[in-house]
Amino acid sequence: MSKLEHHGTYTPTSGVGKWIDARMPLPRLMYDSFVAYPVPRNLNYAYTFGGILSIFLVIQIVTGIVLAMHYVPDATKAFDSVEHIMRDVNSGWLMRYMHQNGAHFFFLAVYLHIFRGLYYGSYKAPRELLWILGCIIYLLMMATAFMGYVLPWGQMSFWGATVITGFFTAFPVIGVPIQELLLGGFAVGDPTLNRFFSLHYLLPFMIAGVVILHVWALHVTGQTNPTGIEVKSKTDTVPFTPYATIKDAFALILFLALYAYFVFYMPNFLGHADNYIPADPMVTPAHIVPEWYFLPFYAILRAITFDIGPITAKLGGVIAMFSAVLVLFVVPWLDTSKVRSAVYRPWYKLAFWLFVINSVFLGWLGSQPAEGVYVALAQLSTAIYFGFFLIVMPVLGLVEKPRRLPNSITEAVLERSAKTGGGSPQLGDATASADKS
Amino acid sequence: MSDANSDDDWPPQIERRDFLFVSTGMMAAVGTAVAVWPFIDAMNPSADVQALATTEVDLEPIAAGQRITVIWRSQPVFIERRTPEQVAQAKADDDSPDLIDPATDASRVKSEEWLVVVGVCTHLGCVPLGQREGDERGEWGGWFCPCHGSHYDTSGRIRRGPAPRNLVVPPYELRDDGTVLIG
Amino acid sequence: MKNLVVKLGAAAIAATVMATGAWAASAYPKNKPREQDWSFAGPFGMYDQAQLQRGLKIYAENCSACHALSRVNFRNLADLGYSDEQIKAFAANYEVEDGPDDFGDMFFRPATAADAFPSPFPNKEAARAANGGAYPPDLSLIAKARAPIRGFPAFVIDPFRNYAENGPDYIYSLLTGYKDEVPEDVSVPEGLWYNPYFASGTALAMAPPLFEGMHEFDDGTEATVSNMAKDVAAFLMWTAEPHMDERKQLGFRVMVFLLIFAALLYLSKKQVWARVEH
Repeated sequence: MSKLEHHGTYTPTSGVGKWIDARMPLPRLMYDSFVAYPVPRNLNYAYTFGGILSIFLVIQIVTGIVLAMHYVPDATKAFDSVEHIMRDVNSGWLMRYMHQNGAHFFFLAVYLHIFRGLYYGSYKAPRELLWILGCIIYLLMMATAFMGYVLPWGQMSFWGATVITGFFTAFPVIGVPIQELLLGGFAVGDPTLNRFFSLHYLLPFMIAGVVILHVWALHVTGQTNPTGIEVKSKTDTVPFTPYATIKDAFALILFLALYAYFVFYMPNFLGHADNYIPADPMVTPAHIVPEWYFLPFYAILRAITFDIGPITAKLGGVIAMFSAVLVLFVVPWLDTSKVRSAVYRPWYKLAFWLFVINSVFLGWLGSQPAEGVYVALAQLSTAIYFGFFLIVMPVLGLVEKPRRLPNSITEAVLERSAKTGGGSPQLGDATASADKS
Repeated sequence: MSDANSDDDWPPQIERRDFLFVSTGMMAAVGTAVAVWPFIDAMNPSADVQALATTEVDLEPIAAGQRITVIWRSQPVFIERRTPEQVAQAKADDDSPDLIDPATDASRVKSEEWLVVVGVCTHLGCVPLGQREGDERGEWGGWFCPCHGSHYDTSGRIRRGPAPRNLVVPPYELRDDGTVLIG
Repeated sequence: MKNLVVKLGAAAIAATVMATGAWAASAYPKNKPREQDWSFAGPFGMYDQAQLQRGLKIYAENCSACHALSRVNFRNLADLGYSDEQIKAFAANYEVEDGPDDFGDMFFRPATAADAFPSPFPNKEAARAANGGAYPPDLSLIAKARAPIRGFPAFVIDPFRNYAENGPDYIYSLLTGYKDEVPEDVSVPEGLWYNPYFASGTALAMAPPLFEGMHEFDDGTEATVSNMAKDVAAFLMWTAEPHMDERKQLGFRVMVFLLIFAALLYLSKKQVWARVEH
């Protein structure tokens, strides 16, 4: 690992720079972390979502702060205040649509980020803590998104809050007191709205804090890469700036273009029409459906329709749903494979794609009514979901025969470019390049 | 191929394309700068606030010597139907050397009888006393700001104290039907 | 390996799209809304002011008897091309409650540009009582609040054709969709009107509100039920989304910027990576 050490190349030139460096070397930390920091040279675009996610956290926080300047967390005024933002506040509609669609794209990016980690085995030693910190961020995101969804106080907001806090009543004895504690009353109401607003404002900053830990852990172990082989020499890597920066920036702008398309041209496509009806505690909408990013878990919740011994179906569903998220935390220990990346694991690769398809399918089931054939399908799909983590991951690692691994990242890169007819034609040897410049 | 690279000359020099890099950088800078505006603009007064920027008041019921307070743009506006004595006093002081912000009484009213001023002290924004019976009116019989002791006269001019300017005359229009439209 | 990105992306988009769109196993509306041509459809579509003015007339003279429009202020009518004087005069036709006055009493005064459209009923209960138990909803947001689920596969295709008009399509279809002949398998409760386009049942309490020739339009538009339904649906889209024109105009500039920026970044990225096999 010693060859990895590009660190310490920061040399302040100005007097002010030296003065600061001697007292609090923040610029040095930034330089070492985001300029000189060596990243594997073979990272593909699946590795750009970390950067994209951090930008989306910023977008959500900044638009959120502006929205909070106009929003009123009061059951009688919340809906009106959101409409006031949409109609009368300068650029208010833009802030609101950016925030609302930003949540969707935040989750889209986080799912791609998680799937990338599962595909390339990013969670394996020595990156278990990095992975767990990521799981914590994901949990916090879910809590934040749920509470944020309640704030506009539309029909879906209100009934979503009712249903989700209702999960807790599944637990015997302590369930109802917990729900009342969460709601601040016997049903969703003004106290609920106020505390959700408070927490919705707080949690993003907690996410930002865990993100810093996540990045810290990342910079200790270094990135994984598509080969899953650790960095061995300096030529396996390139400095973060400009190589990764420019690639991340390009991917970010493409992702932002997709996001902007929805913000400006289809801002309500991902939302629910019912949430434009003010909350009415006396009338439940015909279909209560969570936002798409919760649908797979919603399907798992509803798949448990039978009692398991002393565990009622209701409690079983809640346990299954929470387990579906919590199982991610132990993935580093469930996967027994010595090889990291799915690229060299044909069977795991197949299992992975089936898992992805199954997750999408679960999402679709979550959007269907919980009756008839959908229940059986959801049960099957739920079994596959847990089977992937609890059976496939441990067993496959023991029985699968991985493909031959290259000796180094550099070798893998060159092998591949030789196979595909050699990358860029202007590539000369090092001397020639040096001459040119 | 690049495996000829040793650690020392890695990574290879990037061939400079200044025009490309500079224009990309400019795009980033301009984009960021422009994107900041909506966030700032969102803090400006919103359309509903702007829409309430005029206030109409019926002057009929106000007796001579009576002062009323109306709300315009969420701020108090003092309207006074001045007595001839008050007008005379205001005019007599037009050339007084103690005017901090010299202005003639005529330049501050549209009709001698009616004085319309924003009831906000030009020092630090307190509301001066003098609107209600029994209020302290200051040495010049106008208004007195209790925060830091500014005295205003019957034309709303600052005469003594820390305030730098006379009470502001809002844009208004006295209409034939006996109403005033402020704003 | 770059395939992974494409595959993951495709899977994720499919997930998003299927998941949100496809839950419509709902029985209503029985008939899907019929798609209409709207001036405001598509990325460059803008409101047609003349159409919105006709829609306003229909709302003001018919719908407003039962339906509130409480999130729209008279000043907003400037978007429809009216001058300040016209708006003032129009607002003055309405009485709004104000107060309390110096004696503590509420009083009525003519509305000003800053006021919202006054509601026909003081509260929900009064509205229900006057309408046989059915609450005529506030129409301000109705074009966004009644957007029937598109279902699969329309839902997947919609983003590609930029279809976002299911609200006004629904309103149009409902207003023109009353049927005198009720199919045998449908029972219509007494006092309700059969309409297969209705989102929450077979029949609704609102009688067919539009009749041929009930209005005369200054611009000579023929007052057919279809024309009027379309005009009022467009008007309600505007009341629900008054900043749509502004949104699409800004959107165009943002998209152009992002695409040029992306192209430049791509070229820069190629340049930076030119000598590094990856």
